[in-house]
Amino acid sequence: MSDVNTASPALPASRNLHRFANPGRFLRLSGRILPPVALIGLALTVAGLVWGLFFSPADWQQHDAVRIMYVHVPAAWLASFGYASLAIASIASLVWRHPLADLAAVEIGPVGAAFTALCLATGSLWGKPMWGAWWVWDARMTSVLVLFFLYLGHIALVRAFDDQQRGYRAGAILALVGVVNLPIIKYSVDWWNTLHQPASITLTGAPTMAPSMLWPLLLVAVGGMFGFAALVTARTRAAVMERRIRALTLAQVRAQA
Amino acid sequence: MTHLPFILAAYGLSIVVVGWLCVDAILRTRRARATLDRIDPRAQR
Repeated sequence: MSDVNTASPALPASRNLHRFANPGRFLRLSGRILPPVALIGLALTVAGLVWGLFFSPADWQQHDAVRIMYVHVPAAWLASFGYASLAIASIASLVWRHPLADLAAVEIGPVGAAFTALCLATGSLWGKPMWGAWWVWDARMTSVLVLFFLYLGHIALVRAFDDQQRGYRAGAILALVGVVNLPIIKYSVDWWNTLHQPASITLTGAPTMAPSMLWPLLLVAVGGMFGFAALVTARTRAAVMERRIRALTLAQVRAQA
Repeated sequence: MTHLPFILAAYGLSIVVVGWLCVDAILRTRRARATLDRIDPRAQR
């Protein structure tokens, strides 16, 4: 933490980021932000799910099975969003050696893996009634499966070293290499002939989905992002406290020796 | 509603996974907070 006050004036971003490396300051700030973020996430997600499940119309072709979309698509977006966050935390860790970035990366891994598993499972539950198969080796599904393995690899790698710093660095490098998979997931339905349907919502074009379906989907997706942020913040707070507990326990043991 | 079991399974699974993540985060934070309150001299001041 000694570099907090000695950071180069040429790197203001680094200096600003390191203000939050102070565990006490992070715990105070995150403690204030966490409850509203979690509440907004919960409210939006519940509203979107209830709307999608009970009030949005059935699809003319897929009938009520389309309601699986309201959990599957946000889970898929969160899986990619989580990995992008992991990559950003990894850059902060490698470039600025930010201690909270290391902890955040460690905590993003299991949450991102859970949402990726949820995306694969709900996709499978949607695929069976629509395609007649639980799983096909389709480009979109295979690339999301690779994302799941990347998350698992990161989870294992950051915990595989006795020296935690080496684990964090190896995990950060794996996370950055794995970023190549994100555009593959996004464009897999355009680059290859796949069973998976193409994107109904793009950043550049108008959505090809009825507003009565689009709004609940967006509510769940935005709520999910707030929820994801709240989960990672809560886990990072716990990790900061656990690090302090380890340091204190070690100090006590040394004092007794 | 022939697809009802698939819909219920998808929603149920989502609630279980997200609920488990939330409970785990809350319990972990509470456990860490309780331990820290017990052993941290700064917390006892």
